[in-house]
Amino acid sequence: MELDRQSELNALRPDLLRFARLQLRDAGAAEDAVQETLLAALTGGHRFESRSSYKTWLISILRNKIIDIIRAQSREITATSLAGDEDGSEAGDELLSESLFDRRGHWKETARPGRWADPEASFEQQQFWRVFEACLDHLPEKTARVFMMREFLGFETGEICKETGISASNCWVVLHRARMGLRTCLEESWFAGAKT
Amino acid sequence: MLSCKQATELMSQEQDRPLSLAERAGLRLHVWICTGCGNYRRQMAVLRAACRRFGSGTP
Repeated sequence: MELDRQSELNALRPDLLRFARLQLRDAGAAEDAVQETLLAALTGGHRFESRSSYKTWLISILRNKIIDIIRAQSREITATSLAGDEDGSEAGDELLSESLFDRRGHWKETARPGRWADPEASFEQQQFWRVFEACLDHLPEKTARVFMMREFLGFETGEICKETGISASNCWVVLHRARMGLRTCLEESWFAGAKT
Repeated sequence: MLSCKQATELMSQEQDRPLSLAERAGLRLHVWICTGCGNYRRQMAVLRAACRRFGSGTP
């Protein structure tokens, strides 16, 4: 049976908007990306049998819209604005490092990573994804943007360098910072409580 | 011998670029003797899996 597209779109719109906002960190740009996605979706001729397959399709359109917007923005922004330290991410990086490692660079006793119990089971829980989103949102803006370009939009580091004007080694540092931050946030906000 | 801090840097970079032979060997040795870093590496894999799901809109 064909889905009622209009009502499905209305139901999925908040999800799409959240997804776009997370990555663009700009309510106006996110709104534009979602509008264009909905427009494309209404004129597209595919048939969908379930909401989840419809959502996956919409997200893939939205992803391309986000990529377009990022590309357009990166032509406007000068290279230095992303490479710079103006969002305080480097200072935050130092602070996080100091809380995790001792002077010799080994894990502090309290910070040594333990085993995360059954991540697959966590993936099935709505609450986990709320925490995941909150942790992403918690990352410094530019760090988050590079991380999401890599992990959600599927950019290779070379492309990220080109779009953002940062060097490859800087890109690796930023990605490391993002993963470390995200992993620490998930540990504290989710897995520490779920540990068996 | 790598410190844990250096090891975490390599565990991030191995997701973005092929590590050199020396880097791979150093990391393998480190992870073999350091349970904290072994767990960290598994957490990195969980993170990537979570991003895959989130990025494709499945959660």
